[in-house]
Amino acid sequence: MLAFKLALRNLLGAGLRTWLNVIILSFSFIIIIWLKGLLEGWDRQAKNDMIKWEIGGGQFWQASYDPFDPFTLLDSHSTIPDVLSDSVTNGTLVPVLISQGTIYPNGRMQSVLFKGISPEQKVLALPTLKLKSDGTYIPAIIGSSMAESTQLKEGDYVTARWRDKNGTFDAAEIRIACIYQTNVPSVDVGQVWLPIDNVREMMLLPGEATILVANKEGWKTEKSDKWIFKDQKTLLIDIENIIKAKSFVGILIWAILLMMAMLAVFDTQVLSIFRRQKEIGTYVALGMTRGQVVQLFTIEGAMHSVLATLVAAAYGIPLLTFQAIRGISIPVESKDFGIAMAAKLYPVYSLTLITGTVIVVLIVTTIVSYWPSRKIGRLSPTEALRGRIQ
Amino acid sequence: MKKLILLLLTGFSTLYAQLPDGKQILDKIDQNLSSENRVFSSSMIIHGRRTTHTIRLKTWTAGENKSFTEYLFPVREQGTKMLKLEEQLWIYSPSTDRIIQITGHMLRQSVMGSDLSYEDLMEDKKLTDQYIAKVTGSEIVDGHNCWIIQLTAFVPEIAYQEQKLWVDQERNIPLREEMFAKSGTLLKKTELSDVQRINGRWYPKKIVFKDMLKEGSGTEFLIEEIEFNVPIADYIFSKASLKK
Repeated sequence: MLAFKLALRNLLGAGLRTWLNVIILSFSFIIIIWLKGLLEGWDRQAKNDMIKWEIGGGQFWQASYDPFDPFTLLDSHSTIPDVLSDSVTNGTLVPVLISQGTIYPNGRMQSVLFKGISPEQKVLALPTLKLKSDGTYIPAIIGSSMAESTQLKEGDYVTARWRDKNGTFDAAEIRIACIYQTNVPSVDVGQVWLPIDNVREMMLLPGEATILVANKEGWKTEKSDKWIFKDQKTLLIDIENIIKAKSFVGILIWAILLMMAMLAVFDTQVLSIFRRQKEIGTYVALGMTRGQVVQLFTIEGAMHSVLATLVAAAYGIPLLTFQAIRGISIPVESKDFGIAMAAKLYPVYSLTLITGTVIVVLIVTTIVSYWPSRKIGRLSPTEALRGRIQ
Repeated sequence: MKKLILLLLTGFSTLYAQLPDGKQILDKIDQNLSSENRVFSSSMIIHGRRTTHTIRLKTWTAGENKSFTEYLFPVREQGTKMLKLEEQLWIYSPSTDRIIQITGHMLRQSVMGSDLSYEDLMEDKKLTDQYIAKVTGSEIVDGHNCWIIQLTAFVPEIAYQEQKLWVDQERNIPLREEMFAKSGTLLKKTELSDVQRINGRWYPKKIVFKDMLKEGSGTEFLIEEIEFNVPIADYIFSKASLKK
């Protein structure tokens, strides 16, 4: 206890030197918590949005389907197996039929994916009820990015051209029934959603689908070898990998900042031991063992991180809380990255994140403080008492 | 009344009898346009919405399913080669020194923003193998008397379900073609001109393709030199020739 009291008194007595170290260390605290919180917030938002808009509780993929290989699309369709047809009927599985085609907005040619989905589905957040029509036109819904790139508005008609399963051209006018806002580019960019019955008729593929979206988790691949179940974890792996890669960059920035702060603490310790040799000698002369003196100096150094925690809390709590409530605006261009990212990100600061960061900084500071203090163990107390430099 | 019906029926049958058999005309068209093999140099002038650019090509084709094309101009495309065997197409790009394969729907994509797809550019299927022809009338096109022929596909795997041709009655060459979607929407129009006598057959040296759904003035395809039924070495139609 005496060591703690002495350490605190010495530390406060050092004045500006201590506070400079503390402030630098507190910046490290805030930046790592903010950066980690931001990535955590993005991770949650992206996964929630993807589940809500695209992947549901997982998906059955037709065996040939590979979203990254457009060559596979021509053969990626088959009839829904009997074992899954009841689930499709009661709406727990939503079939989607995907085919390639072209639209001609304002005389420009644009390749798109036509995605057929049931207007009555309730699994995905897509406004598919807008795909209901009186049969006089083919309704379509598109995302805001698609609407922006094609300059299409609600109520516009656009010519769509496609080839059926035999490769024969066909064309029709489709009507944009709704333009929806989503943070998930993979249900927006280059895609036109149509009623599945229309797409089946267009492609001459009655009763067929490319994927089946489940309403909740817990499905598994059935005996049918034509349909393979992909769970949420598998479907979210890409976004997880992106966030992991971003986290690595965050850790790197944090490590640099922490290293700078630790360098300051290390320098302070070296300087203290160099300048306070008489004091060290006095401690030993008064009966303290060398180990106790080393302990005192280590505690003194480590206390920088305790003070830094308090300082960081003083200005960090209001600052980070404000950001968690108001969010951080992301430039519009971020949509072009092709990954799920909201226009505003809300950082999430978990207790584990905060306590974890405090503990890590405390341990690192203690090690950095102990390192130069070991020299005290090699000092001759009489020489130290005389103030001779050793 | 009976006399009137009889007169009308006679009139119609006489008119119908004057129209030639569509299949015979298609045969004659195929004789002019199709060949066992051919080698030709051509220019493709692509008129976009804002710009026009030209591509020069040299092509070797054998039968319906083998074709090899080399880009000669512009400089940035020089050395690009395309090989089509059956339903597969390989493209070699000298800038990347890589061969990529194109199949399925990609074959139907436009070649460098033109109004032609890779399929259009590299296929040479006989009309008689794909369509039933019916002569529906006659019309003058560019000063030439033409039969109007309605083509309806009898094979399922075909790009255009229906076509309409205006065929020169003397030279048996279509001077105008219209391609329709199954719904009846006009998708593509071609105008064929500069018809010349080459090796005993009539052949159009200028073809203008126009995608009717797209803005722009279409794509001009100019045959600069063409040779029919000349020997072509087998290695030309191999993947090894792409990198040569």
